[in-house]
Amino acid sequence: MLLVELEPAIDPVVNERAILLASRLRDRNARGVRDIAPGYCTLGVHYDPLQTDLAALEQAIEREFAALASLEAVAARSAIEIPVNYGGEHGPDLAAVATHAGCSTAEVIKRHSERTYRVYMLGFVPGFAYMGRVDPSIAAPRHRVPRERVRAGSVGIAGLQTGVYPVESPGGWQLIGHTTTIMFDPGRDKPSLLAAGDVVRFVPVGHR
Amino acid sequence: MTGAALHVVKAGLLTTVQDLGRYGHQASGVPVAGPMDTFSHRLANQLAGNAIDAATLEVTLIGPDLIVEADTTMAIAGAQFEVTCDDRPVGLGASFAVTRGQRLKFGRIVQGARAYIAVAGGIQTPPMLGSRATHLVSHMGGLNGRALQSGDRVPIGNNPRPRPVRKSVGLTLPSKGRALLRVMPGPQADWFQADALRAIASVSFRISPQSNRMGYRLQGPPLVRSREDELISEPLGIGAIQVPAAGEPILLMADRQTAGGYPKIGYVIAADLPMAGQLAPGDFIEFHVCTHHEAVTALIARERQLLRYADLKDVP
Repeated sequence: MLLVELEPAIDPVVNERAILLASRLRDRNARGVRDIAPGYCTLGVHYDPLQTDLAALEQAIEREFAALASLEAVAARSAIEIPVNYGGEHGPDLAAVATHAGCSTAEVIKRHSERTYRVYMLGFVPGFAYMGRVDPSIAAPRHRVPRERVRAGSVGIAGLQTGVYPVESPGGWQLIGHTTTIMFDPGRDKPSLLAAGDVVRFVPVGHR
Repeated sequence: MTGAALHVVKAGLLTTVQDLGRYGHQASGVPVAGPMDTFSHRLANQLAGNAIDAATLEVTLIGPDLIVEADTTMAIAGAQFEVTCDDRPVGLGASFAVTRGQRLKFGRIVQGARAYIAVAGGIQTPPMLGSRATHLVSHMGGLNGRALQSGDRVPIGNNPRPRPVRKSVGLTLPSKGRALLRVMPGPQADWFQADALRAIASVSFRISPQSNRMGYRLQGPPLVRSREDELISEPLGIGAIQVPAAGEPILLMADRQTAGGYPKIGYVIAADLPMAGQLAPGDFIEFHVCTHHEAVTALIARERQLLRYADLKDVP
């Protein structure tokens, strides 16, 4: 794998450049390139070393990157809404996050759901989107010892990041809610609900 | 399920369906999976007259016991097992004809860790996102996203014109549970104390029992970092040697996650990954730092070895 490194920062513009660079390189359909995956501020170019002219690939990456250098802002996108049941059995850590923040659970729900989040990258398991940035006042750190099982659909916070567990898996994030939205389904045309660069808003449902 | 199949009498320790991997979806976090030893997977396919990306069965340390419910051609490559077909020894690294109802039984393992069973026409479990490779953690591909179990019937294709090869030269297997793997510097090699890469090349690491198809945890002297920054999560490739805070390196293998946040001191070159795939917990690894030129030369030599058994239509 060839790792392309942009500026080491969690920044929407840097991330947008990584995503656009990935898209432009995919469009070139270069011989030997098997897969291209953007990270926060990097790009993984997976290639078959026997089929690839590495020097030519590196030059192509330089050229495509130069063409993106003028990008200075991220175009607005409409938000994908994810309905969330907050608290109780749906979000066992909501009270702990409220304690961390020194506010009520209702206030945590408000602060989590009143802003939109950018999907920076996907990883960990299929369809798991790393989103930011969380209101710093509710940015509770992850558990020191991860849970062995987090149920699919759980919505969590880890520092300034938030995300949804697409499948049951181990996990260390603070669980504040749950969604019935299917985040990943390999049988769909577009298996992953979210892609890097998307904008997401969590919508509280079922208040009690 | 109708049609030709392998009937699983005993599944063995960990027998999974694998093809060359689920590429093209890492941007959605979908792991690649695929064979731990791609060389032996490809060789087995070539011996059975298949395309190199046909699905095979990857067998781990304790092999299966199968009834072949078709007249077909098969081949086994990779780790050296004692294998019988209806109680007659089967030669590895060569194709052999099997008649319907015959029983293929794996016995003692002699050398290596993983063997590949190819059947003419390939294993025909349903593909998922373009691949039949089993990824155990995300339950994708293979037979219902899991390893084989006794009682399973594994669908196989038919190949009307197999091109049997009697004999081949397989992978050089690790000797006495030790392997020398060549490495090149990783993207965060400079996050470690000076000469850390050379230092890892002067000791041997033991593969811990907490190792699997995702990666090998390596026991040895801890690697001391010179930078304590948090790395921003970035894409991962096979063969990367990542170092968590405790300093115990992990060699990432076929079922690795698509991204991770630990610094990577180096990565094992492509030519030596098949050898890495033939190691098991308790085995030892020594690393040797090499140049890009050596890495390419080694890979070309490895490919030449395979090319001898290739069908001309597979040659790039």
